[in-house]
Amino acid sequence: MSEDLKQKIIAYIREEYLEDDSMVLNENTPLISSGIVDSFSMVSLKMYLEEELGIKMTDEEASTEAFDTVNSILVLVGKKLAGKK
Amino acid sequence: MAYTSAAREQFRSTLKDVREAGLYKDERYICSEQGVEITVEYPRGSKPMKVLNFCANNYLGLSSHPDVVDAARKGLHDRGYGMSSVRFICGTQDLHNILEKSVAKFLGKEDAILFSSCFDANAAIFEVLFDEKDVLLNDRLIHASLIDGIRLCSAQRDSYKNADMAHLAKKLELWKTRARNICIVTDGVFSMDGILAPLDKIADLADEYGAMVLVDDSHATGFIGKTGRGTPEHFGVMDRIDIITTTLGKALGGASGGVVAGPREVTEMLRNRGRPYLFSNAVPPPIISAALRVIDLVSESTELRDKLEWNAKYFREKMEAAGFNLVPGQTPIVPVMFGDAKLANDMARELLGEGIYVIGFSHPVVPMGKARIRVQLSAAHEKEHIDKAVDAFIKVGKKLGVIR
Repeated sequence: MSEDLKQKIIAYIREEYLEDDSMVLNENTPLISSGIVDSFSMVSLKMYLEEELGIKMTDEEASTEAFDTVNSILVLVGKKLAGKK
Repeated sequence: MAYTSAAREQFRSTLKDVREAGLYKDERYICSEQGVEITVEYPRGSKPMKVLNFCANNYLGLSSHPDVVDAARKGLHDRGYGMSSVRFICGTQDLHNILEKSVAKFLGKEDAILFSSCFDANAAIFEVLFDEKDVLLNDRLIHASLIDGIRLCSAQRDSYKNADMAHLAKKLELWKTRARNICIVTDGVFSMDGILAPLDKIADLADEYGAMVLVDDSHATGFIGKTGRGTPEHFGVMDRIDIITTTLGKALGGASGGVVAGPREVTEMLRNRGRPYLFSNAVPPPIISAALRVIDLVSESTELRDKLEWNAKYFREKMEAAGFNLVPGQTPIVPVMFGDAKLANDMARELLGEGIYVIGFSHPVVPMGKARIRVQLSAAHEKEHIDKAVDAFIKVGKKLGVIR
């Protein structure tokens, strides 16, 4: 998984969800369990990933666990991209 | 019986987690009518004590207002206690219809429909009006009932940062060619911060993108705006907000009952397809009768909302002068910020000892690190009540090192 994609996802989360620019956000920062992204507005992130990567995720796949860190998101989209090839 | 010991243990373990996280809701017993001067038994089993209530949604002081109680009594006497039916079978009295017309007129809408609660109104509306061809764009701080209503509906959904118009514009741009109907969903007043949604700007964006606007004005109807018509009146956009949902359970008497007010097709759709409307009992006669009196009271005079406005301004000025950190605003919801959850709860507990009943709010109800006491003013508060509350805040605030 490219560093480029990781940085893109972090940039999107920062822009879409963070109110405070000074907040630290990296690939291991808990997103859902920390309350940065609530499970209800997670839909924006799912839509962004689907459009950006040309994939489709079911609601079961896009679980709150799978979306809890950028790293876990990368694992999920990695599987989806591998399945596409 | 299949309530197994395993199930019991599972639920007990969950409750233990809730307690350990400091999230257990411990109810205080009030042994008097609702009002400013109440008698509270807390902790449970202790001797009830007289305190001043600063945490009710009793904005206009109508919960135990003599005119409202008399009207409820008359309703009970003339029309009985309950309807024993849903509306469409045999649960609609003429007074239900009169109240719906009266609320619609008060809010400047074509029609209105009553529900058992505004939670039910919000649970009903989205599923009835929207499907997968539509999108709902909600403010991220909307009330839990709107969130549940949206969850029950098959429409696509997206959200924008609280009251952030640039973010909302971006979302409207994103969705403008991807949905049949776009509906912007917001609270009129956000209940934890006491701030107003910028409905004038929301209406402008809605016009630009051909979107509908739905506002839950539960913490505004009856007192926000020069004549208490709510947040749309405050922003001068009463004719530009399509649908208002609101409650009879706060300023408008504080009993129960919810309302959807808007275009006639919307209320007709709800009468025919709204599940919480079709499958739960009609609002009972005493509440209908009292609510009719409440609508008269708030339509005839602005005295109560004017007094409430003065009370909120006076409390804010005194608290700011004392050095407390408040969320700025113009509503009778005044959040006093402490940051730390323990500090907010300690303050609330000590204030109760001083005869002031307020509650500390912390994560997950409010964001982490933004714990607060939410003070709610009422038109039933007199100046001396507010002075007493401010004096108690100062005394306890000094004791706990919040202010000098």
